Amino acid sequence: MLAGGGSVCDLDALDAPDIGAVLDTSESMAEVLCRPIPRVPALRGRTVMLLFYEASTRTRHSFELACKALGADSLTLSAATSSVAKGESLRDTMRTAAAMGADLVVLRHPASGAAHYAAALGLVPVLNAGDGTHAHPTQALLDLFAVRRRTGRLEGLRVCIVGDILHSRVARSSAAAFVKMGAALTLCGPPTLLPRAAGPALGAAVEYDLGAALRGADVVMVLRLQHERHDDGAGGLPSLGEYRRGWGIDAGRLLRHCPGALLLHPGPVNRGAELSDEVLDLPGAVVQDQVAAGVAVRMALLYRILEGGRGAE
Amino acid sequence: MAALALREKAILLDEEALGRALRRMAHEIVERHAGTRGLLLVGIRRRGVPLARRMAREIEAFEAVAPPIGELDITLYRDDLTTKHEHPQVGRTHMPENPAGKSIVLVDDVLYTGRTVRAALDALVDLGRPAQIQLAVLIDRGHRELPIRADYVGKNVPTAKREVVEVRLHEIDGRDEVALLEPGGGPGTR
Repeated sequence: MLAGGGSVCDLDALDAPDIGAVLDTSESMAEVLCRPIPRVPALRGRTVMLLFYEASTRTRHSFELACKALGADSLTLSAATSSVAKGESLRDTMRTAAAMGADLVVLRHPASGAAHYAAALGLVPVLNAGDGTHAHPTQALLDLFAVRRRTGRLEGLRVCIVGDILHSRVARSSAAAFVKMGAALTLCGPPTLLPRAAGPALGAAVEYDLGAALRGADVVMVLRLQHERHDDGAGGLPSLGEYRRGWGIDAGRLLRHCPGALLLHPGPVNRGAELSDEVLDLPGAVVQDQVAAGVAVRMALLYRILEGGRGAE
Repeated sequence: MAALALREKAILLDEEALGRALRRMAHEIVERHAGTRGLLLVGIRRRGVPLARRMAREIEAFEAVAPPIGELDITLYRDDLTTKHEHPQVGRTHMPENPAGKSIVLVDDVLYTGRTVRAALDALVDLGRPAQIQLAVLIDRGHRELPIRADYVGKNVPTAKREVVEVRLHEIDGRDEVALLEPGGGPGTR
């Protein structure tokens, strides 16, 4: 449901055929990115405002590249260097975006629900680039895309998501997306970071033993330990050593339980924490594929939202 | 927008005539290029692609060499998406080789306003700098809105703007023919 220039705050409104269509468009966009001049005029004259209230490398830069590749103008506003630092509210910043003629706002915000709030103002359509612990729809789509490119399918894949499920918007969005596309999903992590209720809520199995969770997996997605969201000090995280012993991913564990599995990580990697150094060199590690996929998928979404919006004029 | 019921007014080309037109255009292309060296046939998605493939087969039949075939999707270059579908389907572009320095013959089914060809020219030039670009179309129905003309034409058909030319091909539609449709007639109209 991307029609009518609508906002995309999460993947709730997208069913499997919608997601499949976005992934197909992403394939076409990936081809554009391979050209000697990776640029098409599809969104010429459109202005996209990137509004980032939280640090980001991959997401922000891939949105910028996606805008450039489609010929759209992008304006980046990071909270630290704009009037947001002077106390401007999200509502007023959205008003400013509208007044400046932005056709779309890409929003990254530390508060869960910020994207819905901004979209509900009805000023400019919003594409959520991550809000608090709620959702990160473009990350989920690029995970699907990176996996589909390697395996050729999503249905029936055994996918295991490992780590800090509780604090992860990536886990929430990606889990929902994999389940929608017919994958069998297992969540794994320390009980303090993985409430049992998360299983039925996301349509997944919950397994606290890493070995059992990894066994036979086709795809292993490892989440980042989110120090910045553990605001209560320990934040439910056992000691790092304990975490590593129980849920840290190293090459030995992967090769023993699921040789040949694809390894995903949304980045940035805390080497030596959730992942040991050497696993990123395994042939199944597709972390760089994910980064490249990010540009193509974001192009597809920008195009679908902004072109869909033109129909009503 | 409610779909207008269209009535078939005439068959412009039947299977045999369509085949003959393609064969003639294939001969003309080879004659004008004095062979197939440097020749690259580029079909515009969707129906230009099977047409380009068929002309390449015809050329192979009498020249013993099949020119390479490219496929061009121009969705991202269109300027008339508003009048098309709400969710334009973006297809894949595929070039068997770099178009730079090649003699390209763009192939499409119907030449009408010229806007599709304009978009295709932009798309092609972005992929490299061809030595030459020519245009082959199965049907030229007039009503150009841009200064564009075809180098090879299967059939020139004077049409009214309200009429629709529908090219049907085995590869996509299960049969070969070109029909002229006009609004009115069928059920669903007042």
